[in-house]
Amino acid sequence: MKRVASNLVGSVIEAWQEVRIHKTRVMLSLIGVAVAVCAITTVVGLGAVAQQATLESSERSGGRAASLSLFASTNDGSTPTKMPEIWRTALERYQIDYASRVVNTSQTVQFADGAVPVQTVGVDLPYGTMHRITLEKGVWFTDEDQARLAPAVLVNSIFWDRLGRPDLRTHPTATLVGERTTTAVVTGVYPALSWETEPAMYMLADALIAITPVVTDPNLQFGPPSYELWVPVDVSEQLVTALQRDVQGALGAEASVQVNRQDYAAYMDGDPYLSLKLTVGAIAGLVLLLGALGLVNIALVTLKQRIREIGIRRSFGATAARVFFAVMMESVVATVVAGIVGVIAAVLIVKSPLVEDFISQGQVTDFPPFPVEAAVVGLVCATVVGALAGLIPALVAVRVKVIDAIRY
Amino acid sequence: MTLLHLEGVTRTVQLIDAPPLTILSSIDLDVDIGDRVSIVGRSGSGKTTLLNLLGLLDNPTSGTMLFEDRPVHSLSSGARDRLRGRAVGFIFQQFNLLQGRTALENVMTPLLYAEGRQFWQRARIATEMLERVGLGDRLGSLPDRLSGGEQQRVAIARSLVRGPRLILADEPTGALDLETGETVMDLIDDVAAESGAALVTITHDPAIAARASRHLRLDHGVLQVISAVPA
Ligand SMILES: Nc1ncnc2c1ncn2[C@@H]1O[C@H](COP(=O)(O)OP(=O)(O)O)[C@@H](O)[C@H]1O
Ligand SMILES: [Mg+2]
Repeated sequence: MKRVASNLVGSVIEAWQEVRIHKTRVMLSLIGVAVAVCAITTVVGLGAVAQQATLESSERSGGRAASLSLFASTNDGSTPTKMPEIWRTALERYQIDYASRVVNTSQTVQFADGAVPVQTVGVDLPYGTMHRITLEKGVWFTDEDQARLAPAVLVNSIFWDRLGRPDLRTHPTATLVGERTTTAVVTGVYPALSWETEPAMYMLADALIAITPVVTDPNLQFGPPSYELWVPVDVSEQLVTALQRDVQGALGAEASVQVNRQDYAAYMDGDPYLSLKLTVGAIAGLVLLLGALGLVNIALVTLKQRIREIGIRRSFGATAARVFFAVMMESVVATVVAGIVGVIAAVLIVKSPLVEDFISQGQVTDFPPFPVEAAVVGLVCATVVGALAGLIPALVAVRVKVIDAIRY
Repeated sequence: MTLLHLEGVTRTVQLIDAPPLTILSSIDLDVDIGDRVSIVGRSGSGKTTLLNLLGLLDNPTSGTMLFEDRPVHSLSSGARDRLRGRAVGFIFQQFNLLQGRTALENVMTPLLYAEGRQFWQRARIATEMLERVGLGDRLGSLPDRLSGGEQQRVAIARSLVRGPRLILADEPTGALDLETGETVMDLIDDVAAESGAALVTITHDPAIAARASRHLRLDHGVLQVISAVPA
């Protein structure tokens, strides 16, 4: 054990001295290694950021895995009146906690500078969790909000800007214009995506239905509510079938019922950036190979001058194994240093505002930190290349005959 | 305990298209702790070959050789390397310092192959050793900035830094002028005496051979004891 520690530290020290002495030549071949490691790390890092972007935006629209949607209409296009009852029964029967109605409508809001139609989504409490909605200010709907007389609304930041960015603790209100005017309380603000330009808001579905005048054809103002469920992935398929059967059975033949899985994981298999990753990865691999060949070359050239030195070291107690390891460590130490440089460069590239903007395309509100696995991949590549490049000179070094090396 | 015991040791080399060449034949030799042995002989008589055997750099072709009572042919190559590192210190004619490394790094080199205190405290131990050979102010100097005598003093410090029981010097003054050679030999004698190590010196120079207490001559691979060195 004692011997292992001193052998390891000793080899690294020897290797470092060797790299230091041949620094110019080593530096040149290491530039290639650093560039390649940087490219590989950047690709892996960008891939992770891009995946996060895709995930975030698809979760916001499609929900988390596995999200089911249920859509029912009678053949004349209207919402079946029995639906609320059927929905409640289904949730109880299958013990589904995360479920929400989704009512899309347009609600006119009176701002200081005029009345504006605002895209409004009526939802139930679990919707916030189901779509991982994060608020800039305030909190998602709570049980108390359901009992409010003045309905609570969660507005996007554009809406909030148009209200004059009031402090939520002052209970700012918004005027909802309809057949009769309703005053709503703004209880939260969520970030608008960068491509959004219009105000938008969420309301609880019951509150939304209550303030919106009943019209004869509900399709005119309301889309018929759709229903969403967030269920464990492994039972999602059975549930799709069961819900389809139950609801269809309850509504009878003159209704059409569609139950689908709608989260991105349902139809996206594989990595959309795979081909980009493979291309950049292959180029980086090639650069890495060239850098490694440069290292091997330098090691072999300097080895000729070093045969004597190896003989001297052996005469002072260096074992063959130690010489092998020390020569191998030279390229490992060198490539790991280059690898660290490459990883740092990759972090700077991936985290630069320019690249973040390009990758996110306005879809990402929360940038993930630089992925650790990308840095690990880069360093592992550097170490493996160093070890492989060191193998050949190390094999040559152990074959040095000590008595010939120190004879002249 | 006998440090070294050689009995009927031979060393032959296999040549291509020629009969085997016998470099050393039937060598008998004992070296004890604290011995001062000098070996003289003409160029090509096999002195370096013998020294390589004594220093565990090479193996006898036949015969018995014990190092600290252990038969050397039974040692694995790793064990032989470690034993050499711990127990043997070499001083070469051409100094054989590592180029591009400072005096201190050169003296630290053998300690890199040690363990425990010697390994972890190598900078302090090597500094003390360089101070002992009078180079305490040249720790950071590279070999090509040192005179021949100074380089050999660095080499002496390096050979002694692990406290070996056997010091092997192959024409240690061969590359130095007479006066410098004398000072270097004084130093080797002193440090060897301090540490109680055995010293085997190969030399051309009768004056240097005369410093030893036992005198040997190698002639065409045959080792003979001589009573005194002819002046
Ligand atoms: N590996 C070898 N192959 C062939 N000849 C060798 C080898 N090693 C030594 N010799 C020969 O053996 C003789 C003794 O060499 P050496 O021990 O170096 O002599 P010295 O040190 O006394 O000058 C020389 O003639 C040398 O050429
Ligand atoms: Mg010789």
